[in-house]
Amino acid sequence: MTVSDPRTDIPKGARPEEQITTDPSKPAQRMRSGSLVLTLAPWVIASVVLAILPMVFTNNSALTIMNQMSITIVFALAYNMLLGQGGMLSFGHAVYAGVGGFACMHIMNMSDFFSTIPLVILPVFGGLFGMGLAMIVGAFSTRNAGTVFAMISLGVGELIAACSVIIVAFFGGEEGVSGDRTYAQPFFGVEFLQQIEVYYLTAGWVVVSAALMYLWSRTPVGRMANAVRDNPERAEFLGYSSRWVRFYSFVASGFFAGVSGGLFAINYEILTEENLNTASSGIILLVTFLGGVGFFFGPIIGAIAFTLLQTVLSLSTELWAFYAGILFLSTVMFFPGGLAGLLMMHVPVFKLGKASSLIKPYLMTLLPAAIGLMGLAALVEMTFHYRHGATGDNEMTVFWTTFDSHTLMPWLVAGAITLIGLGIAKVTAPALREAWSEATTAGGAS
Amino acid sequence: MDLILVNLIDGLVTGLLLFMLSAGLTLIFSMMGVLNFAHASFYMLGAYFAYQISIALGFWMGLLIAPLVVGVLGAGVERYGLRRVHQYGHVPELIFTFGLALLIEELVQFIWGKNQLPYSVPDALNFTAFAISGNSIPAYKIFMIFISISIFIGLLYVLTKTRVGMIIQAALSYPRTVEALGHNVPLIFMGVFGVGTALAGVAGVIAGPVLGTFPGMAFVLGSIVFVTIVIGGLGSLWGALIASLLIGWITTFAKSYNIEMENILTGLGISKPESLDDSIFRDFWSLTSPQIADILPYILMVLILIFRPAGLFGKRSS
Repeated sequence: MTVSDPRTDIPKGARPEEQITTDPSKPAQRMRSGSLVLTLAPWVIASVVLAILPMVFTNNSALTIMNQMSITIVFALAYNMLLGQGGMLSFGHAVYAGVGGFACMHIMNMSDFFSTIPLVILPVFGGLFGMGLAMIVGAFSTRNAGTVFAMISLGVGELIAACSVIIVAFFGGEEGVSGDRTYAQPFFGVEFLQQIEVYYLTAGWVVVSAALMYLWSRTPVGRMANAVRDNPERAEFLGYSSRWVRFYSFVASGFFAGVSGGLFAINYEILTEENLNTASSGIILLVTFLGGVGFFFGPIIGAIAFTLLQTVLSLSTELWAFYAGILFLSTVMFFPGGLAGLLMMHVPVFKLGKASSLIKPYLMTLLPAAIGLMGLAALVEMTFHYRHGATGDNEMTVFWTTFDSHTLMPWLVAGAITLIGLGIAKVTAPALREAWSEATTAGGAS
Repeated sequence: MDLILVNLIDGLVTGLLLFMLSAGLTLIFSMMGVLNFAHASFYMLGAYFAYQISIALGFWMGLLIAPLVVGVLGAGVERYGLRRVHQYGHVPELIFTFGLALLIEELVQFIWGKNQLPYSVPDALNFTAFAISGNSIPAYKIFMIFISISIFIGLLYVLTKTRVGMIIQAALSYPRTVEALGHNVPLIFMGVFGVGTALAGVAGVIAGPVLGTFPGMAFVLGSIVFVTIVIGGLGSLWGALIASLLIGWITTFAKSYNIEMENILTGLGISKPESLDDSIFRDFWSLTSPQIADILPYILMVLILIFRPAGLFGKRSS
């Protein structure tokens, strides 16, 4: 790392520590450790929701989406152990998930061994392989954080992704490795033939691994990871080797990435080069950052939001990656705390009991802004259709309206909607800003 | 012998092309401490802009105008994007440039579509310059070498001999002092970023016709450029040059000589197992050098990082 203030390495407003009250009469820690109900409540609620969800959304495609979501949650949480808690930016983390997944695939294909273990514990093997690889790579990559670590992670990631075409025995070349999960020893009579059984397996693993990762972040090692992230020099003066602290975080993150790879193997029963390459590593970075790296639950929100966005948008538009890119870039530029940071910004407002005063300004600014952005999106879609649509195919559908993109009228309408929507938002924005500063300051007229 | 000469020229072309990208990247890095992930995207933009201009005004105007446009765009990105993110620290800066690379790729697909563009070598350069025992060397390759070398000499001259270069070098090491002397350091940063991206643009303009102008071209070259500057030592211009040439030659030679792992291993006295099909090392035995040519730079980088973390010519380890 070159000259930089380590304290600024994590976005402002994204640090949970800043929210903790320093009022000596009410120490935050004591309250937290004293009240078991408060600590356990989110976990119980999450487990119940996960158990109920398949009864609400019963069709198979919803189950597939939820499985995908769960896998992404585990992976994003593992990634955030590095990025958010350890301050290490990795551009090749898909490799650990991928290798864990490939290892699980090979175990599935070793029928003698596979038939003696229940499928439920298969992700552990994926985790162990991911951890093994992380130990090898971490031995030399965790010497530095920051840019050098990022470079090494990128190089190793590219190297292993390129190897996948060469080392056919392990990575299966271009067609990948496939297997059959049902050959495992039945787990209390369940053979995992149906999607719903796989869903409960995945959901169980999400809860278990999220809980383990949360507990890890509470251990001294997890706490030291935060310290090393914020100020490695000071951590060294306290007698901790920042390199080894980084190494432990890296290895633990590799384990849970491997678990997510194992879950992927169970779900899709095939792994290919796509699970290893830089694109997958980039997506997990996007998911984690979108959710917010400063809070433990940030990646969970990110994974849910991103998977929904991906499935919903990619069904309706070819340009979904373009919108995702814009969303990502504006998150980095304007909301470095991510979605979780945005949510947590409102905690003081609720504590002050002024949340209701924000509803009207929010509606007055965000609603026109959303409509304006929809108009803008329509313009983008129309431009795309105009340039790349097949000749003669002038009909297109945007926002449930079908029209001819080669006539002037739709362009005028979309342009007008964009201008008016964004214009109103611009006019009402100062009022929102005022209401916000009013709502976040204690006292005064409420 | 003749083949060696041909490969030397081919490797030189690849190496110098890499150098044009890595020179700008390493300058930007040593100045702002930020590794610009979108650097190769500016190279791609150079090629696309040049194609668009060459339709209307011909190749030569493209060579002249496209890098300027790319440079202005780069300066704009620094001024309105990076400078804003800078306050959050280095990791968000890296993430920002990474996101920018994704967005530029999508943008290019949005405007020009997913297919390769018919951007080709201009007629004036579309002939054989000379032949080495039957292997013809196209004039365009000589032109590429000529352009890259003159850019390198020009860059070296500006950086070491002119007043502007002196100020830039001073601003690299002591930005605060230079600012106290009355120079506008943020403007210098913006200028260096602009020039660095413009260099990438030039590389795109001249490489587009040979390597193909398609949305994946940034991705193909991007990671190799990072590998180059890591091997050369982050922030070292000479290191970037040496590493670029090294990588250019290594990959070219590995591709043109079919060295088989089997021969190496038997030469080392290891006997080949009877039936390869059962052995887990079967892929290892059947390796050939063209197969691994593309990953050799990565292997080299990992080795360098393990044994000499500062890179070949780097002064500091981070």
